[in-house]
Amino acid sequence: MTLKEKIKNKKFMITSEIGPPKGTDVKTILEEARLLKGRVDAVNVTDSQSAVMRLGSLAVSRLLKEEGVEPVYQLTCRDRNRIALQSDALSAAVLGIENILVLTGDHPSRGDHPEAKPVFDLDSVQLIETLKKLESGKDLSGKELKGAPKFCIGAVVNPGADPVEPELIKFEKKLKAGAEFFQTQGVYDVKAFAKFIDKVKQYNTCIIAGIILIKSPDMARFMNKNVAGIFIPDSLINEVEGAADKQDKAVEIAARTIKELKGLAQGVHIMSLGWNRLVPRILDAAGL
Amino acid sequence: MIITKQKPIDEILKYLEGVKNVFIAGCAQCATVCKTGGEDEVKKMEELLKGHGKNITAIEIWDPPCHLLEVRKRARDNKAALDKADVILSMSCGDGCFTIFHGTGKKVVPATDTLFLGEAERAGHFAEVCSLCGDCTLFMTGGYCPNTFCPKGLQNGPCGGVKDGKCEVSPDIDCGWLLIYNRLKELGELDKMKKIHPPKDHSKSIKPRKVVVDAVKKRT
Ligand code: SF4
Ligand code: SF4
Repeated sequence: MTLKEKIKNKKFMITSEIGPPKGTDVKTILEEARLLKGRVDAVNVTDSQSAVMRLGSLAVSRLLKEEGVEPVYQLTCRDRNRIALQSDALSAAVLGIENILVLTGDHPSRGDHPEAKPVFDLDSVQLIETLKKLESGKDLSGKELKGAPKFCIGAVVNPGADPVEPELIKFEKKLKAGAEFFQTQGVYDVKAFAKFIDKVKQYNTCIIAGIILIKSPDMARFMNKNVAGIFIPDSLINEVEGAADKQDKAVEIAARTIKELKGLAQGVHIMSLGWNRLVPRILDAAGL
Repeated sequence: MIITKQKPIDEILKYLEGVKNVFIAGCAQCATVCKTGGEDEVKKMEELLKGHGKNITAIEIWDPPCHLLEVRKRARDNKAALDKADVILSMSCGDGCFTIFHGTGKKVVPATDTLFLGEAERAGHFAEVCSLCGDCTLFMTGGYCPNTFCPKGLQNGPCGGVKDGKCEVSPDIDCGWLLIYNRLKELGELDKMKKIHPPKDHSKSIKPRKVVVDAVKKRT
């Protein structure tokens, strides 16, 4: 069953994430892919995440597919104008990649080429609409396509956005534009997440809750301070601080959160930040 | 108003290497307000360049140097001093710098960097508020320009980077989309934000742009 079919059948889904390397050595990520194979439903491939230049997400998505892992091709509005975005989406289709996760993308000033020209010709809502247009057999300017693609279009939503109303307005627009599933920012406070789910239940869409592993107390504090919409409670940070083995603790917390999220979300998206080796252990511990 | 900033003096001196005779042209309008080309600045520049061995053939404040007819008139009035000058140092915006060259035919050296189109908030404080996109949608966004207040120029709401009301680009920048949201909410116009706005039409800002006012067309 493809991700699209699982979404339709309301199956509980597990997705994870791979960050392409800076360079051409793909050995490590292919090992990670083999580890994840059969354990997760799909794996996101990040698109020069945090505006740091890396190997392309399209090429790595295709490599995952060849390994028998279903990719979710992340496509940001940061580096490509509407011609390149449409062209890359068509390229994905002919490479057998159906899932595209649409993101705005971080501003280049945040990355490792701060002198770069920011593009943002389309925004995420407009890009979703554009992908739908391609599916209908036409391009953004209304020209007929010779062969139309089929996508499963994903987007992101941040339940912890403050204030949450503008985020919900944008979420609704993404949905209206044609997003079929949503992955969320990392969830640590399940009660707060439940409130968010209450607000979006009416839309009856597929929400996959984000899990970001806590690798250390410092990292947790850093995220609280710098990452929008992330709130890691002090109790959790203390728990990590007191742990004998940080990896065991990361696994334990992630598994616990996943169990609590099971009735709330239609899946979980595990962002391991380089600890993909732990994903099978997390899933074992969560009983998945 | 066009906001300018004086270049570092070393850079100006580099451009004037091997140059002896300089005509200094300031601007009575924007550059006067920005303190980059008003009377004080032009006089200070005269002293400074003299101190570096330059001969100043004249100092003038044109009103404004971005107006071709004004430049041509001033060029006629100052023919002797201009003929003596090797270059004109333009203490105005890039537009002034160009028009001075266009209207005099002389070599021109810019003394300023031209930054943006901005609002004078109070003396010496300027803020960029419009990016000259050629397709104004301020009516839809409560008066805050999404192409300017949001560094990504997003048209449909905030990105995931807004934290504590600030933009991911810098803690010194208020998130433009929160400004728009708050303003629309205040106006009871949130429905404008809920609408999906189409991609911007960049064909309206292909450079270089020219305008001939209709009323003028009819006259000629
Ligand atoms: S939309 Fe913004 S950039 Fe465009 S004309 Fe209006 S204020 Fe200027
Ligand atoms: S944080 Fe706000 S202003 Fe900054 S890029 Fe995102 S939407 Fe635009």
